[in-house]
Amino acid sequence: MTELRYLAPNTLDEAVGAFAAAGSAARILAGGTDLLVQMRSGALKPGVIVDIKKIPEMTAIEQGADGGFRVGAAASGMALAEHRSFGKVWPGVLEAINLIGSKQVQGRASAGGNLCNGSPAGDSVPALVAAGAIVTVQGPNGRREIKVEDVPTAPGRTSLKPGEIMVSFTLPPRAAGSSDAYLRMIPRTEMDIAVVGVGVNLTLKDGVVTAARVGLGAVAPTVLLVQDAARALIGSKLDDAALAKAAAACSAACRPIDDKRGTIAYRTKVAGVLLRRTAAIAAQRAAQNK
Amino acid sequence: MNVVTNNKWIGQRTIRPDGVDKVTGRAAFAADTNMPGMIWGKVLRSPHPHARIKSIDTSKAEKLPGVKAVVTARDIVDFPIDKSVMLGIQDMRWMCRNVMAREKALFPGHPVAAVAATSEAIAAAACELIDVQYEVLPFVIEIDDAIKPDAPILHEFNKYDGKPSNIAGKLEVKKGDVAEGFKQAEVVIERTFTTRPVHQGYIEPHACLVSVAADGKTTIWSSSQGQFMVRAMTAYLTGLPQSDIRAIPAEIGGGFGGKTIVYLEPLATILSRKSGRPVKMVMTREEVMRATGPTSGSKCTVKIGARKDGTIVAAQGTFYLQAGALPGSPIRGAVGCSFSPYDIPHVLSVGFDVMSNRSKVAAYRAPGAPIGAFAVECVLDELAEALKMDPLDLRLKNAAKQGTKAAHGPVFPRIGYIETVEAAKNSDHYKTPLGKVSGKLRGRGVASGFWFNAGGESSAQVNITEDGNVVVTTGHPDIGGSRAAIANICAELLGIDYRRVSVLIGDTATIGFSNLTGGSRVLFASAIVVTQSTEKIITTLRERAAKIWEIDPEAVKWENGAAHPASPNAGEFPPLTLADLAAKAPAMGGPIGAGVQLNTEGAEGGFGTHVCDVEVDVDLGIVRVTRYTAVQDVGRAIHPSYVEGQIQGGVAQGIGWALNEEYIYNKQGKVDNPGFLDYRMPVCSDLPMLDCIMVEVPNPKHPQGVKGVGEVPLVPVMAAIANAVYDALGKRFYALPMSPPKVVERLEAPTQQAAE
Amino acid sequence: MSKVHVTTTINGEPMEFLCEPSDTMLDALRGPLGLTGSKEGCSSGDCGACSITLDDRLICSCLMLAVEAEGHRIGTIEGMAKGEHLHPLQQKFLEEAALQCGICTSGMLVASEALLKKNPDPSEEEVRFWLAGNLCRCTGYDKIVRAVMETAQDMRAQ
Repeated sequence: MTELRYLAPNTLDEAVGAFAAAGSAARILAGGTDLLVQMRSGALKPGVIVDIKKIPEMTAIEQGADGGFRVGAAASGMALAEHRSFGKVWPGVLEAINLIGSKQVQGRASAGGNLCNGSPAGDSVPALVAAGAIVTVQGPNGRREIKVEDVPTAPGRTSLKPGEIMVSFTLPPRAAGSSDAYLRMIPRTEMDIAVVGVGVNLTLKDGVVTAARVGLGAVAPTVLLVQDAARALIGSKLDDAALAKAAAACSAACRPIDDKRGTIAYRTKVAGVLLRRTAAIAAQRAAQNK
Repeated sequence: MNVVTNNKWIGQRTIRPDGVDKVTGRAAFAADTNMPGMIWGKVLRSPHPHARIKSIDTSKAEKLPGVKAVVTARDIVDFPIDKSVMLGIQDMRWMCRNVMAREKALFPGHPVAAVAATSEAIAAAACELIDVQYEVLPFVIEIDDAIKPDAPILHEFNKYDGKPSNIAGKLEVKKGDVAEGFKQAEVVIERTFTTRPVHQGYIEPHACLVSVAADGKTTIWSSSQGQFMVRAMTAYLTGLPQSDIRAIPAEIGGGFGGKTIVYLEPLATILSRKSGRPVKMVMTREEVMRATGPTSGSKCTVKIGARKDGTIVAAQGTFYLQAGALPGSPIRGAVGCSFSPYDIPHVLSVGFDVMSNRSKVAAYRAPGAPIGAFAVECVLDELAEALKMDPLDLRLKNAAKQGTKAAHGPVFPRIGYIETVEAAKNSDHYKTPLGKVSGKLRGRGVASGFWFNAGGESSAQVNITEDGNVVVTTGHPDIGGSRAAIANICAELLGIDYRRVSVLIGDTATIGFSNLTGGSRVLFASAIVVTQSTEKIITTLRERAAKIWEIDPEAVKWENGAAHPASPNAGEFPPLTLADLAAKAPAMGGPIGAGVQLNTEGAEGGFGTHVCDVEVDVDLGIVRVTRYTAVQDVGRAIHPSYVEGQIQGGVAQGIGWALNEEYIYNKQGKVDNPGFLDYRMPVCSDLPMLDCIMVEVPNPKHPQGVKGVGEVPLVPVMAAIANAVYDALGKRFYALPMSPPKVVERLEAPTQQAAE
Repeated sequence: MSKVHVTTTINGEPMEFLCEPSDTMLDALRGPLGLTGSKEGCSSGDCGACSITLDDRLICSCLMLAVEAEGHRIGTIEGMAKGEHLHPLQQKFLEEAALQCGICTSGMLVASEALLKKNPDPSEEEVRFWLAGNLCRCTGYDKIVRAVMETAQDMRAQ
């Protein structure tokens, strides 16, 4: 049995140092809702755990003067839900993060953990991709920024380099007439892993879509940014033809597998169904965001 | 027997005796008990679905510091294949092979060894050091594959039609001449259905703590549906005499049939005997899902024929049920219960017990009956449609009633099936139109169900305390509130406040033999022995008062918790209360108490009729139950809240079975969803309120009119939902679960065919 | 192996305990702290039987390391009743028969209390979605939801 060391540094520099020094045996502990399950099942036996929640930046939620947000990678979904303005500005991102597990899990689970886990089905990821969120990571060679969609590289894998810790998400300022939404398909009403998840972020002017981003989860080895779907929506009034084209683009982007949670045929169809529904909600919210 | 009427406590929603401990976290479940010097046991399980065990080398594990004992099949008493030894419905030949693989490992998760060590982590590490040499064999999972002529055979000794086979048994019940019957039919519907194995899903994993003293005296704390079952099976499998084993029933965190056999107790007992230390074993959820019994998956064909006026003339059912890796699927429930709600002149019902490389099935709430009812009640729905009859009217026209001879043998006494159908028909639910909702399709379905119910052995001891209160001890573990109902009955008979009655579940050393909590027997049986014990006490109390008053005992009546002169002729005496008589007990003949032990009889079957509304999101294939009404003949609701609780719990399990729950196997023959996450039992937000209508047709053979209520409510559910889904979509589902991908696949099927 | 010393507050009382770095809070509660009211149903955050509060926020104790309790406040089922007085939710669960086997009850109560602190007037839908992380296999949730709604109403009336 390997000895496990638990470290809870107070600064990011200390955390990066400890994490890098411990190499592949180390794991970052944010909410722990994936890590502890993997440890308990025996799938993972880390030698060092670096708890990053004592580092203020990791859990901070700050709105800048321009209206953009900086969200600590370890901020819990519940903390985001309790923030006075985050949910008004990024309702889709918030609902996505707070579809992760139960209320109990939401009290701990973070968007950073969800992204680092590398699951194609992580609920927050398609919404953050749609939002155009940027991740700040810090490693032995300093800080750098990565687009959310460039973080996952394969199931369980990310583009983070050895020793790098995810620090925060930056969400851009909200333009007038813009909003977002996230929907997922699960067999039950709660407590399942997404079979398909769709995040849509829209900007409308006079009823016409001027900007759109579509994130699609659980239908490929990584969460996808579906640019064809966005292109189909941009310039349209979200009429049936545009929605059908965008839905078809989502279905076409799918490279799913048959597994215990869904079939290839089902996931491919549902990706299109959810695109339509999610876009409708995002558009309705955008119309209210004057 | 007189049925008690005009009750003070019977029928009241009293506070359960064990309630406060459970809402404050103090109740002791099996994993909550510890002992000085206690060590931890872990099980090494087969990774293979089917493999001959060539050798097991435990030497490395034994040398690991902290390891105190190792157990393999050699330590378990062997029950040779050629001689059946039955304990209740369980054959010890199969039990000994289920708790520890002998010749072969028969499913992934099958125990092959167990270790006890000073910590769970060391025990787990030691398991990894055990070297098991397997000869991996071809495996078989599904029924159709298992009964093919060239199927891999699990047990060469098992013969069917003279050849090695995976069919472990056949059961047939017959009434009339089914071929003749179908000749009279003007409409015949025949359909084939499949269901997947589903787990009982109790939230508390199996757990036990066992202490074997140097003199062999053994104490077992465990979570089970029967401490006497635990004692007997452990005795059989370890060779200990039953008198040396004291099995203490911990509070049990759900069973639903799944805790009617042992998994851990014999292993922990041997580990404790070998190590000289108390041993605790607690399964993980994954172990529960991989290695404990779900109920059977099935393939059933049902054919029903009727005349144009709706009279059913013949019915035939063929039920293939999965047993898992050892014989014993609940074919009796499927074969015997499926047609029982109906008075049909010609019935042939046949069941086959089919083995495959899955964990051995265990009982699950009306074992077998929900599987059969799913098929029969869906065919009846089609029949009603073909006959253009209301489905409840079709059931009323053919309803079993007093005097009907059921295909499985008995002639029904006064039963309440018709009352359940009428109550369903008259319910607000059935009378309220479905209405429409945009974007979704709605439908309504109905179905009925029957379960045998059981009586059997039961013991009670009722003692009056020195201060004039009451302690009742019975022997059936209380899972759903039976202690509360027993308190109501005892308080009623004694005429005292129910809060003066404490009800306890005794252990095997402190109460007489009581059969396990199962078959919906507990309140039926324990009410009889508690009633008789209490009546004996009342006789004693009257005798004591008579002695004090120096009058004839016949001249004393017991009323409102006190002895009174039966009439003015008997004399004028102030009443003697229970407390008065308890205080005078030492001088008047000693302690007051009585016990009764009986093999109870007269448990009559139970019937239910359910109405279900669903809403289907057609594009996503999601079915949600939006309204549910379960009507049941409950005999007499001694504690209505816990009767409703049984009904609601059964319905919720049925909704899970119908819509999402299933064992999913991967290509390697392993369960791919061995946890709550992907097994998908209903969560709170999945369900609506579950309305209950309790019809009370008292059981004439029971002092309070009790009928078992726990199992019937699961029986009709899957059919009611499937029929509602048909009503919504116009498409029938012949396979469970009706999970979203399958619903979409079915909805899109004709389009695809048209395109081909 | 060296154990870690943890100083924390449990149900308002200062507490210290020793644990392995890999132990969960549930392990610590049920082991060295002797608080077995929190139950282990799955160890994966799917059943909610181990629900506790961490600095007043509802969590699964199986998904928290015991060492993380250092300097924080933990609330468990054992702290819900105040002396001889049951919490109104506990009393209502008894009256409404909102428990059968009782294994989910601790977690159900801890989660319900957290809900009512946050939202004293929840709709049925809000109760059902809040409690979605607490599995109950006995009751079909009907009586639990009713008990929570009725308690909320009673508490608002006070």
